[in-house]
Amino acid sequence: MNPERTVKWFLREFQAFFVLSARALVRVFRRPHYYREFVTQLDKMGVGSLFIVCLTGLFTGMVMALQALIQLKPFAATSYVGGMVAVTMVKELGPVLSSLMVAGRVGSSITAELGTMVVTEQVDAMRVEGTDVITRLVTSRLKAMLVAMPLLAVITDALALLGGYVIAAGYDINILMYWESLPQFMVFQDLIEGVAKPFVFGFIIAMVGCYAGLTTSGGAEGVGAAAKRAVVVSSIMVLVCDFFMTKIFIVFR
Amino acid sequence: MDQVSYAVGGRQILDRFDLFLEPGVNRTILGMSGAGKTTILRLILGLLRPEGGTISIDGVPIGGLSERELIQVRKNIAIVFQGGALFDSMTVGENVGYRLFEEGRLSEKEIERIVLEKLSFVGLEQTIDLYPAELSGGMKKRVAIARALAADPDYIFFDEPTTGLDPIGVFNIQHLMLRLQGEGKTTLMVTHDLETAFAVSRRFSFLYHARLAFEGTEEEMKRCELPEIREFLAPTDRSLFRYTTNNHTETTTT
Repeated sequence: MNPERTVKWFLREFQAFFVLSARALVRVFRRPHYYREFVTQLDKMGVGSLFIVCLTGLFTGMVMALQALIQLKPFAATSYVGGMVAVTMVKELGPVLSSLMVAGRVGSSITAELGTMVVTEQVDAMRVEGTDVITRLVTSRLKAMLVAMPLLAVITDALALLGGYVIAAGYDINILMYWESLPQFMVFQDLIEGVAKPFVFGFIIAMVGCYAGLTTSGGAEGVGAAAKRAVVVSSIMVLVCDFFMTKIFIVFR
Repeated sequence: MDQVSYAVGGRQILDRFDLFLEPGVNRTILGMSGAGKTTILRLILGLLRPEGGTISIDGVPIGGLSERELIQVRKNIAIVFQGGALFDSMTVGENVGYRLFEEGRLSEKEIERIVLEKLSFVGLEQTIDLYPAELSGGMKKRVAIARALAADPDYIFFDEPTTGLDPIGVFNIQHLMLRLQGEGKTTLMVTHDLETAFAVSRRFSFLYHARLAFEGTEEEMKRCELPEIREFLAPTDRSLFRYTTNNHTETTTT
C-alpha cells in the first residue's frame, strides 16, 4: 500500500464528508422541509430503536448496580448505588451504548437504503426530477436523528436507573435511599452532558450513514460493503468523539 | 455536445464527441455494450461533468452551472432509465406525479388527474396504488415513461428501453415511443437493440472506441462500409451473417 496515496485518499474522503455535512446542516433551516419524510425517518430511527435501547439500558443498569453493590458492601456504602449507576449511565454509558446500538441498527439501514437507491439509479432519477437530494435524503434523516438520538439516550438512562433499582431492592435498599443518592453524585452539567453527547453522536451516525450510502458503487456487494463500513466508522467515531467531549466537559466543569 | 471528452480511472469513455439534437427528431445512439452510451445521457443531464468540450441545452452551456441551476435546466428534460429507477418507497401514482409534487405549482386534484392521464397513455391506470416491487419489468418501464411524460418535457431520453423485455414488452415500448414522436417530442435513445432503433428512430449516431464513428440515417448506415459498422450490423444482415458463419467455419476447418 502506497502511504502517499492512502493519505491523499483519506484527505479526499474527509473533505467530501465535511462538504456533505456542511451542506446538510445548512439545509436544516432551508425550505423545502419534507415533513413527511422527516416523520417517517423519525418513526424508523426513533420508535424502531426503542426496544433495543430499552433492553440495553435495563440490563446495563442492572449489571452496573450488581457490580457497584459488590464493591460498596465492604464499606457499608450500598445506599450510594443509585448515584453511582446514575452518574455512569447519564454521563457515559447511556449516550455511548445507545449510540453504538443505533449505529448498528440505523446507520447500516441508512447506508443500505441510500446505497440501493444509488445503484438502482433512483438518486439520479430524483436529481433529474428536480429534487435536491441532499435536502430530501440527507437533511431529513439528519434532522430525525438529531431529535431521536438524545431522546433514546434519555430513555436508556431512565431504564438503566430502573434496572439498577430492581437489583438494589434485592439488597434491601429502599426506593427513597436509592433516589436520594442521585443528587449526591450528579450536578446539572452532567444532565447537559448526557444530552449533548447523543446529539453529537446522532449527527455522526446519520452523516456517516448517508455519506457511505451516497458514495456506494458496485451493485449489491457494494451496498453490503458500504453498510459494514458505515457501522465500523460511525462506532469508532462515536468512541473517539466521546473521549474528546468528556475532556471538554471536564475543562468547563 | 461539442467536442466532449470524458474519462474514468484513466479509461477514455468519450473522446471529442459531437452530438446535435434536432427538435422533434428521434435520434438513437448505437454502440456496443459498455461503449459509453449511457455516459452521454448522464453528461447531457449534468449528472456527470465532462473533462473537455461544451454541452449546451437550448443554447445554455451547462458546464459551469451549480446543482441548483441544473435543476432549472432539467425541467424541460426527462429520462427513462434502463431499470426504470422507480422510487421503491412510493406508489406508482406517487412516482408518476413526483416532479409535479416537487414543483408544488398544481393542486393535488390536478396532479392526480395528470397522473391518471399519463398512466392511461401507457395503459397502466389500474396500477396507480401498487408499489414498483409489484410490477413486472415491462410495466416498470412503462410507468417510467409515464413519469417522464408527467411534466410534459420537450426532451425525453431513453436508456436501453427494451433491454430485458419479452417481444410483447418490446413492441409496447416501441409503440409508445412512436406515439411520443407523433406528439412532437424530441427523443434521444441509447441502445444496442437494432430492431427497436430502426423501428423508432430517423437519425443514428454510432459510438465506437470513444469517438463518433458514424452519423446519418438508417439507409446511410446500412450502406456504410466502415468495418465497425458492418460488424455491428452483422446480426441483422442475414446474408452477412451466413457469410461470417461460413467464413468462420472455413477458418476453423483450415
